[in-house]
Amino acid sequence: MGSQTPLYSCHVEAGARIVDFGGWDMPLHYGSQLEEHHAVRRHAGAFDVSHMTVVDLSGAGATEFLRRLLANDVARLKEQGKALYSCMLNADGGVIDDLITYYLAPNRYRVIVNAATRDKDLAWINEQAGSYAVDVAERPELAMIAVQGPEARLLAATFLDDQWREPALALKPFYALEAGDLFVARTGYTGEDGWEIVMPAAQAPSFWDQCIAAGIQPCGLGARDTLRLEAGMNLYGTDMDETISPLEAGLGWTIAWDPEDRDFIGREPLTEMRANPGRRKFAGLLLESKGVLRNHQRVVVEGKDDGEITSGGFSPTLERSIAMARIPAGDYEHAQVEVRNRLLDVRVVNMPFVRNGKIRIDL
Amino acid sequence: MSELPGDLKYTKEHEWLRQEEDGSVTIGITDHAQTALGDLVYVELPEVGQEVESGGEMAVVESVKAASDVYAPIGGKIIKINDELSEDPEKINVDPYGDGWIVRLQPSGDAGETMDPDAYQSFIDELDE
Repeated sequence: MGSQTPLYSCHVEAGARIVDFGGWDMPLHYGSQLEEHHAVRRHAGAFDVSHMTVVDLSGAGATEFLRRLLANDVARLKEQGKALYSCMLNADGGVIDDLITYYLAPNRYRVIVNAATRDKDLAWINEQAGSYAVDVAERPELAMIAVQGPEARLLAATFLDDQWREPALALKPFYALEAGDLFVARTGYTGEDGWEIVMPAAQAPSFWDQCIAAGIQPCGLGARDTLRLEAGMNLYGTDMDETISPLEAGLGWTIAWDPEDRDFIGREPLTEMRANPGRRKFAGLLLESKGVLRNHQRVVVEGKDDGEITSGGFSPTLERSIAMARIPAGDYEHAQVEVRNRLLDVRVVNMPFVRNGKIRIDL
Repeated sequence: MSELPGDLKYTKEHEWLRQEEDGSVTIGITDHAQTALGDLVYVELPEVGQEVESGGEMAVVESVKAASDVYAPIGGKIIKINDELSEDPEKINVDPYGDGWIVRLQPSGDAGETMDPDAYQSFIDELDE
């Protein structure tokens, strides 16, 4: 038996199929992953993401420390509540984890990292924090629920205290708000509008029950994966890891190269890789025929080296199979993927595949 | 837990077999199998006329989660395939023992090991523990 979130018994009572995810017993789906997926694209879904790790950083050296720790630059966060997506790199420029940093107040930040990488992340952060005046505090007593979908915010707003409802609804995308015991962030991992709400564990079950009573569809990790794939959002450990740089994972946009004198961990090797035009690129694939692309399948590009699918699956919105793949550099539109000893035609496309309920590629 | 149809035989690979009056055998996957796979999104079917060996790959069912081979529980020649699964693979989720049948084959040899409903029920009960 793995670790359980404060919502575990809610999931079991709702008939969820429980699977192990990074040492946590988590819901895979509550009956139909496809229905859960569509509910988020069209209406609203709720996800238990309490397994994720919340770390609060504070102290006179917090900003300086994060500017060293992360490839993106927290100095870009000018307004309180603003969020920043970043990779945390090792000395070779490989990705230790991807995370979101929220700027709460001067020298006070909240960082949310992946569940499966908790131990190594905390070890790395504490090791690097050594000489900085920064306090690193994990917050295991907190739970997190994501409500996602075009109607999610309006529905969930009714569960907030009166005084927080309006300011929460006024949050712009990628901003967060400390609302008493709650922390409400207009962020997510589905490609839809919505909130991620951090709260004391004791409050989570009643908040979850209110979501369900309001008609918000409970959603498991299965739908979370197909939604993030359609949205072109990377999954740590699948699309990138410590041997892959953000440049080969489609995450070049998250590296803050300026100012040039900011010495973030991994900068030097990354600078060398950036100058190499032969480095692999990260792109979306659309299967032209029926079938399903899967992780690790070989991508064949005429006249070039092979590539590899990092995340493949069925897109419920497109009703076609899609994938993310690491493939040779260059401009080309057609490639093939080896599926059970046959080569199937795929089209190389720009991600995302779907965003805010709309298909963003030509089918 | 749904009741297992009494007129079928079952395999450890979670296939079911129905003996038809003309000597052929209809094959599908069990309710336990479709539940474990989750929503099915693609089925790769063999060709009519294809010969399959007992224990050999016969079809592939793919769910949102994973691809799973369907093995021939008995050797023979494929005489019919459920074409409707190409457009509606979820028929297997909805009606695994009826509209979700996969192939019909004319056996040419012995069946591998099969179980009656009670034995299969015990088998999956043990797996769930």
